[in-house]
Amino acid sequence: MGFPHKPHPKETVVLSEHFGRAETRSLTGWKKVGGYQALTKARGMRPADLVELVKASGLRGRGGAGFPTGMKWSFMPKEKTKPHYLCCNADESEPGTFKDREIMRWTPHALIEGCAIAMHGIQADVCYIYIRGEFTDCLAIMETALTEAYADGLLGQGKGEMYIHRGAGAYICGEETALMNSIEGRRGNPRIKPPFPAAAGLFGLPTTINNVETLAATLHIVNRGAEWYQAMCLSNPKSVGTKLLSVCGNIAKPGNYEVALGFPLRDLLYDLAGGIPNGKTLKACIPGGSSVPILNRAESEGCILDYEGCVAAGTMLGSGGVIVLDDSADMVYQIMRLAKFYAHESCAQCTQCREGTAWTVKILEKILGGKGAMTDLDLLLNLADQMTGKTICVLSDSCAAPVVSGIKKFRGEFEAYITGKRQPALAFA
Amino acid sequence: MTAPAATALVTLTIEGVPVSVPKGTLLIEAAKQAGIVVPHYCYHPGLPVAGVCRMCLVEVEGAPKLHIACATAVAEGQVVKIFSEQALESRKSVLEFLLINHPLDCPICDQAGECELQDYVFQEGRANTRYSTYAKRFNPVEDFGGDVLYVPNRCILCTRCVRFMDHVADASVLNVSERGDRAFIGIHPDAELDHPWAGNVVDLCPVGSLLSKDSLHKARAWELDKGPSICTGCSQGCAITLETRANTVVRIKPRSSEVNKYFICDHGRFNYRWMNRGDRIEAPLVADGGDLHAVDWDTAMERAAGMLRGVKGPVVVLASPSTSNEALAAAKTLAGSGFIGAFRVPRVPGEVPLNGVPHLALREERAPNVRGATDLGYREAFDEAVQQAQGAACVIVLEDALDGVTLPTRTLYLGTSLPTGARNAQVVLPVANVAEEDGTFTNRDGRRQAYAQAKAAPGMARPASWVLAALAAGVAGARA
Repeated sequence: MGFPHKPHPKETVVLSEHFGRAETRSLTGWKKVGGYQALTKARGMRPADLVELVKASGLRGRGGAGFPTGMKWSFMPKEKTKPHYLCCNADESEPGTFKDREIMRWTPHALIEGCAIAMHGIQADVCYIYIRGEFTDCLAIMETALTEAYADGLLGQGKGEMYIHRGAGAYICGEETALMNSIEGRRGNPRIKPPFPAAAGLFGLPTTINNVETLAATLHIVNRGAEWYQAMCLSNPKSVGTKLLSVCGNIAKPGNYEVALGFPLRDLLYDLAGGIPNGKTLKACIPGGSSVPILNRAESEGCILDYEGCVAAGTMLGSGGVIVLDDSADMVYQIMRLAKFYAHESCAQCTQCREGTAWTVKILEKILGGKGAMTDLDLLLNLADQMTGKTICVLSDSCAAPVVSGIKKFRGEFEAYITGKRQPALAFA
Repeated sequence: MTAPAATALVTLTIEGVPVSVPKGTLLIEAAKQAGIVVPHYCYHPGLPVAGVCRMCLVEVEGAPKLHIACATAVAEGQVVKIFSEQALESRKSVLEFLLINHPLDCPICDQAGECELQDYVFQEGRANTRYSTYAKRFNPVEDFGGDVLYVPNRCILCTRCVRFMDHVADASVLNVSERGDRAFIGIHPDAELDHPWAGNVVDLCPVGSLLSKDSLHKARAWELDKGPSICTGCSQGCAITLETRANTVVRIKPRSSEVNKYFICDHGRFNYRWMNRGDRIEAPLVADGGDLHAVDWDTAMERAAGMLRGVKGPVVVLASPSTSNEALAAAKTLAGSGFIGAFRVPRVPGEVPLNGVPHLALREERAPNVRGATDLGYREAFDEAVQQAQGAACVIVLEDALDGVTLPTRTLYLGTSLPTGARNAQVVLPVANVAEEDGTFTNRDGRRQAYAQAKAAPGMARPASWVLAALAAGVAGARA
């Protein structure tokens, strides 16, 4: 449902069914709506069969990359010789994304159940749920729920241990290997791959890391089967199931909406989320969280919300954080603001990212201040090129994506600042 | 016999050169086989791979993205291009990024001339910068304690120093503090960089960010002459380079070897000032009427030969365990059948290991050739030998440390200075110190390692091995 709004008939409500209902937060409330039946069922299955079930469902990682979840699980060693770990990535920090927050806030037991199912599938002994430090309410709710689950005998006593680890405010700790470093007590720096987590992850042991929404989806797959999940598809058969989309920005009804993959972005914006308010029109949309290329109005209105559809539109589905900008938006400022976020959050390991993100901000601020030159646009594009595909993780790529797509699609706005057609932004003059 | 699996070879092509290396070799090491050093900053063979500077990006044919040569293992049939347009462009860009916050204060930087940033910018960098109108990041110079100064403005965050302290010295006092372009190397607020092996961070630093206070502003790198040598600080036998300027040793740097990998301890590093001491004997001296008089070499050698010619009975050789194997052997030959050789070892209790490198430590025996002397039949029985010297037919001394020792007049003294204990000697021959001669030491594990002359000996001083060999020839009747 479109919490905090009433569900829209075009939504496909699975994960968000209980959003807004405080009673399902408790263990008893969760059990009343059928909670932990999936876990019992899953624990009755052989781990390999559980992995096959998730593979067959077509579930793909909801954190951003869209990697097939069952396949990721199958990378874990078949013959268990060492302890296995599960990490749940609840460090939801992508600007514009707030779906995992709602899952934890309203259905904490759905996440615990999903984690416990995944633990059985990958034969994990321990699960860490890494929650973003700023999510104080989620943290409290999850801790209460975890205590309840332990007290009920769902965890512990040989059924696996689950811990909540609180982040300390770094965006980069949402990158899977940085997250592992952070849990280990190290600086949250992404690690070089290989080795991949399934071979050497947390504490150097085989580890699977999944997003909150991915794990929460597994219990429904166990309950209702792979075919049911496969059937939730409106476009490309490679993208199935439901996706929570966080809509924010210049939109009438910001919030979370759950739709089957393949849903048109146009319908999400104009039907579900109520369109652009204050008599304005749509100018641009970033459909997958701040790290993906910006779409202009025409592209947005033609974009299909699934992994392939977004790529066809020139962007990515990412985490499903839909940022909406109306015709009053200053694209140069918005892009500078995004770049500034990445410059602030760069872990400082890779040269291109450490220096490139900050330099990009300086050039954009110069343009905003009316002191830019046309050559600065070429320079920005050249820097972006050198910041893409050259570093350990994709933070620097993420900084470059909106710059490249912004200059390509809204070049006129940059040129207006440079030629003096537009007054300099006071803060940067 | 078939080769074990561990030595399985992988064949690949690097810049058109076919190379065969063991499986698992990193591209950056394999490239050395093709005679190419891939430009790099964070990679160091003695440290765990970080892969952060992104300088060593190379093109691997068929791969969509460039690979970092320091973290990519070789694969059969791989075709690697180090100087392709794409790779060069990428490295040029990294250099530009590194320079935007790097002060161009090379004229006053100690690292100038041996700076990898200078070298690679010269080799592959842009001729101009596009970062013109912005201020550079500024942080004040910080005293890290010990011998190390940190100049954060020059730092390129390669993290070699952090990794050395974490993984090799096993004393995590350095870190990367802050994020993004604000990042710098931080030190634990309650700690100093005074670990006994901490000086290595200065060598590891590819730029002039970590500086040695000992050599601060002392010399320009290009003015230094370098001689391969062996550390005399203890019996470990670390390979070093003696760096001299105007015939003065000004700095010691580690030289890579099996023994010490890439590192030396601070004790060895600063063990050079005595090599430059000014109170040297510069001419041969002979006793004449209770006084020592300067003479030429021929006169002195004839007098010394006379002392040894036809000598019967014990000949005591008091040698320093810092004497070369060659001089020790020549002295033994010269002593003949009456040879009694002895030395004494300065000892400091407690070894100081470098935890990350097996079998590497500052050893208790603070002399380089204890093993060599022992192997040649010298015994650690100095005081006993001093007693025996009183009744000996002749005494040959190769030891400057003679505190509390009185020698008989039948003494032939070879030394660099003239301690009170040697003033009784019949003949005093000025010899070169370790920096001034070629020779070998045998380390505690039995490795015989050569050292080379790094500077000229003062006055008429000659290498002891040369002098003793010439003397042996003279004693035998031949012309020296």
